[in-house]
Amino acid sequence: MAAEKPSCTCEIFENSNGNLRISLSGPLTIGTAAPILAELAAIVKKKSFTALTLDLSNINAMDDYGALVLYELKNTILRPGQDFQVQNTPEKIKPVMALAMNPAASKNDFPARLSPSSARANLVAQTGVAAITQLKNITYFIAFIGSLVMAGQHIFRKPKSLRKQDILQHMKTTGVDALPVVALISTLLGLIMAFMSSLQLKQFGANLYVASLVALAMVSELGPIMTAIIVAGRSGSAYAAEISAMKISEEVDALRIMGFDPVLFLVIPRMAAAVVVVPILTMFANLFAICGGLVIGVTMLDLSTTSYISQTFNTLKLFELFWGLSKSFVFAILISGVGCLRGFQAKGGASAVGHAATSAVVSSIFLIVLFDSIFAVIRSYWR
Amino acid sequence: MPESIAAEVRHLTVQYGDDRILNDIGFSVLRNEIFVILGGSGSGKSTLLRHMIGLERPVSGQVFIDTTDITARSESRFEDALKKIGVLFQSSALISSMTVGENVALPIAEFTDFSQKAIEKMVSGKLALVGLEPYARHLPSEISGGMKKRAGLARALALNPAILFLDEPSAGLDPVTAAEIDDLILDINHRLGTTIIIVTHELASIFAVARRVIMLDKSTRGIIAEGTPEQLKNECDHPFVRRFFHRQARNL
Repeated sequence: MAAEKPSCTCEIFENSNGNLRISLSGPLTIGTAAPILAELAAIVKKKSFTALTLDLSNINAMDDYGALVLYELKNTILRPGQDFQVQNTPEKIKPVMALAMNPAASKNDFPARLSPSSARANLVAQTGVAAITQLKNITYFIAFIGSLVMAGQHIFRKPKSLRKQDILQHMKTTGVDALPVVALISTLLGLIMAFMSSLQLKQFGANLYVASLVALAMVSELGPIMTAIIVAGRSGSAYAAEISAMKISEEVDALRIMGFDPVLFLVIPRMAAAVVVVPILTMFANLFAICGGLVIGVTMLDLSTTSYISQTFNTLKLFELFWGLSKSFVFAILISGVGCLRGFQAKGGASAVGHAATSAVVSSIFLIVLFDSIFAVIRSYWR
Repeated sequence: MPESIAAEVRHLTVQYGDDRILNDIGFSVLRNEIFVILGGSGSGKSTLLRHMIGLERPVSGQVFIDTTDITARSESRFEDALKKIGVLFQSSALISSMTVGENVALPIAEFTDFSQKAIEKMVSGKLALVGLEPYARHLPSEISGGMKKRAGLARALALNPAILFLDEPSAGLDPVTAAEIDDLILDINHRLGTTIIIVTHELASIFAVARRVIMLDKSTRGIIAEGTPEQLKNECDHPFVRRFFHRQARNL
């Protein structure tokens, strides 16, 4: 015989003077409580009566979910004026009933969540809270810049305090490890640019200028930006996650207590590594994009390798190269600075690490684009 | 300040936003003693510790380490005071990217001028003191919780501090390991003469190590009892102290 899932059933007895009597039998526990509550609610809705009596004599087990059924029935389902009564409660389920029907425990609803933002749910207060948070962020940012300057000064006076081993390590993870993805993306970018521009330039027989376009666009604009975005996604987020995890596990406090300046210990090596490595990565990106363009030029546009390369060199001036590299130098400072700053700002548990990483990437990409436009404005006035 | 006082807290008041955590606290810790700060959950004992080691600044009041007021905003004097203290954090706070040996070597390499060889020798000495010598090349993630505490202790002891702060040294450890940590604390105090300040709520360790105890209370935000553990257990008639030492629940 297949074991049947125990269920709770109800039997209805009605008598003439408006009294309804329901007898429950079976277990009234977490598995059976919700269906029986729905059933009882349907019965109460359908019938009209002035008093309800619940007979529990056949109930063989009950837990607090079962008691919740009685509580719900009494307080939310029955209409005012309908009496409610429980009869024949078996001895062994009385303690459970007492626990859950305790008026002190059930009088209050759930307390509101204890967070300041939801506790004061009006617009003015929320605006105020947001403004204060922003102000604190700005203060923190200024303090962070200040401690960076102090750390720089310290290194200038005591060059030994620069952690060279850490710098090398970060140069590897930020630079060398990023090379494959930078190479792949910039090669594809070169291919795409060459192909798309050739569609237009072919019409004018200006195939050779595909080389100029790829080289110029990549070296002065797209190379630095693409590289910076890749580094922000790979390493900016990693910096934020590492430092925030260290902060949460009290490692940053431990450093402070051991007499290390956390900025000197954690930020400077990352920043130094990024500042060296990002311009180098940018150069690689430029090189790979030009190679990508070359492939299209040679295979689809009937250009010879030599003419493509010589056209590239004719177009590029040293100024363009340095302009692009100085951009990526600034981007490197932004990415590493913001990554570390977000890490230090983290507070709380595991979710703070994720939040720090996300906001590091978002802020760095925003700042990269912002500073790129500033560079564009400077350049338009310069020449 | 008399010679015999290692650390002193005067009129310390701590407040976060509108929540006052500690209100006008004062006590002093004698040299070479094992001093325990007790209190229930949320009584502000870890907060007090963070203020005593200068990680946070109080609203008012002073903290003296030796004769230096670390609440005064003087970075250089604060750094001098830091050299006199060692701290074992609740989560051990070992730098997770470094091996146990490198963690202990970190302060030694930074603040002394010994050769690499000499530092390694020193590190293995410190690790031997806490019984962790074979684990010098392990990463913190590869050793157990009790071993992490020992490693944190070795690192806190690296520069022979005059005062050692321990934040819940035996929390989350099994009774045997906790007892071993207690023995280690007594051993360090006995052998090196280090003043030890412990924040804890483990009754067993309190009786094992504490020479003098203060007890913080959440409702008064201050010290409600002071004395030896035995005095607090047998003579104190503050209801919370009684419940704490006799492990009785509040009547809910």
